[in-house]
Amino acid sequence: MIDYTKEPLLKVENLKQYFPISKKFVVKAVDDVSFEIYPGETYGLVGESGSGKTTIGRSIIRLYDPTAGKILFEGKDISGKMDRETNHLLRTEMQMIFQDPMACLNPRKKVADIIGEGLDINHLCKSEEERNAKIARILEKVGLAPEHTVRYPHQFSGGQRQRVGIARALIMNPKLIIADECISALDVSIQAQVVNLMRDIQEETGSSYLFIAHDLSMVKYISDRIGVLHLGHLVETGTTDEIFANPIHPYTQSLLSAIPHPNPRIERERIAQTYNYYTSGIDYLSGKLRTVEGTHKVLATPEEFETWTSTHFEYHG
Amino acid sequence: MEKKDVILSVRNLDVSFKTTAGDIHALRGVDFDVPRGKTIAIVGESGSGKSVTVKTAIGILDSNGRINAGSAEFNYARESGEVIDLDLLKLPQKEMRHHINGKRIAMVFQDPMTSLNPTMTIGSQIIESLILHYKTPKAEAEKRAIELLDMVGILDPEKRVKNYPHQLSGGMRQRVVIAIALSCNPDLLICDEPTTALDVTIQAKILELIKDVQEKLGISVIYITHDLGVVAKVADFVYVMYAGKIVEKGLIDEIYYDPRHPYTWGLLSALPDLDTHDERLYTIPGSPPNLLHAVSGDAFAPRNEFALRIDDYAEPPMFKISDTHFAATWLLDPRAPKVEMPPELRARIDRMLKEEVQKHD
Repeated sequence: MIDYTKEPLLKVENLKQYFPISKKFVVKAVDDVSFEIYPGETYGLVGESGSGKTTIGRSIIRLYDPTAGKILFEGKDISGKMDRETNHLLRTEMQMIFQDPMACLNPRKKVADIIGEGLDINHLCKSEEERNAKIARILEKVGLAPEHTVRYPHQFSGGQRQRVGIARALIMNPKLIIADECISALDVSIQAQVVNLMRDIQEETGSSYLFIAHDLSMVKYISDRIGVLHLGHLVETGTTDEIFANPIHPYTQSLLSAIPHPNPRIERERIAQTYNYYTSGIDYLSGKLRTVEGTHKVLATPEEFETWTSTHFEYHG
Repeated sequence: MEKKDVILSVRNLDVSFKTTAGDIHALRGVDFDVPRGKTIAIVGESGSGKSVTVKTAIGILDSNGRINAGSAEFNYARESGEVIDLDLLKLPQKEMRHHINGKRIAMVFQDPMTSLNPTMTIGSQIIESLILHYKTPKAEAEKRAIELLDMVGILDPEKRVKNYPHQLSGGMRQRVVIAIALSCNPDLLICDEPTTALDVTIQAKILELIKDVQEKLGISVIYITHDLGVVAKVADFVYVMYAGKIVEKGLIDEIYYDPRHPYTWGLLSALPDLDTHDERLYTIPGSPPNLLHAVSGDAFAPRNEFALRIDDYAEPPMFKISDTHFAATWLLDPRAPKVEMPPELRARIDRMLKEEVQKHD
């Protein structure tokens, strides 16, 4: 069980990530998002494409320089200019797994060198033997054989490649792993294998995950808490049960209604709810995160909050 | 089934690919029928040959592919009412492009960004095939393009026809691709993973759209997908494919509520269940066989926990379960031991059937 009274491992406060396109036009990819991740927890970020979920992941690991806001990792601010020590902390203790395992592995390097790159750069191994032993151990953990070390990425299947990507992240023994759509490119049966693997590793090492995905059924399965993003705003957050049992925000409701059910008799008749921000009359900028109960919060103005929460207690008509 | 009721009938399709590593035997005798006005879904893992099957049938097989055997009987009615019956595999390529592709059989591909031409407005891409196939006058074709965009749910179609693909969102682009596919009133629409590149919310909308136009125009649809949630929403008939063969086929309810092949059990069990808190997801052990090497016996046997000794040397025939439901597994042979589906899956199916009862109360 996750201890929510502890100090969070990662704290994101009012993060803003803007991309200036021209003098007059700025894309506000992430606009004022706050959340925290506790040690050993899996936090799922969901939303449609363009909602800013990948941008958040990349800002946290500093592939982008955040426009404004604070990111605290183990109590240290990693959003601004970092000293050497903080930089080292960030580069070793936080790792990322990318979406497309073919695109993120260097095709000209052998698997051993891809996985060992982090060790080499940070001079974490004293001898060649120690390095090779570490690589062999991590390969075994993700379910690959020792003879795979001399192969190139193209000699693997999609699921195996994603395992190499996971091994590369794990070898640093990170406290936080950012998994950016790491199963979307895989088949259903392979997805299950990778998700099981990630859970096993979490149980063993106690690391935290930021799990970014648009497949809600997988997110539900793996996450302890979920944050729902839309147009760069965090519209709703809470534990997985809270979000799935009692979605408050109309966007969350439409997202949940779109999950396909593997039950043909129900699925055939079901029509997904539509949600259009521009015609709904909701203004994300004027809203504020308001607590529904426990950790369950929703972005709303006082009037919206009133109407959304009250309708739940009416008869269905 | 009467011949007239079946629009496309593929028999014993056998295809191999020449590669530097040797011949890959991608399809090993595939049979399927597409009933007129209905939707069939071909389901399987990547590499099982589902895309190759339809690509072969409509004559866009990659250049290193070779058709070893098989036939694809397709029939359609001319405007004059005359019914044409032909084998698509025997048709010369030129004839195929002129009379079948785009006009009688249209295809929607996975990624809408790569299937649209970035240098042409969407309007001119829609009228392109109309002018080519029917020699429609340009003004009339343009009017039809606006109608089509309206039908696929694009707001403001008069303005949108002048847009370029990059000015549209992913979901909009896929709607345009569907509009292009429908422009010549095809008899058969093939959707190859039409929603894999899209978000869940948009996915649901696109599936509803395809279903809607199918009902309106009475066309037949083939879905190729690995997502069983999508299949549940759209299909009438399901074909489950594994290693270049159909291993189970049946009505949608038969596949979902009474699956018989261990591979289908695996696929259904691997779906995350929204209603329970399982500790681990079920996975099918191992990986699909490499079709570079000849397959002896049942291709699924090495991954099958219920494999019998006979699976190692004899390929199972299609066993009949009902008039519409068939599965290729020795477990259905009367001499085989009685094997039930995994208890977790049984429980899930029972729950799904109950869900329905509650809903209709």
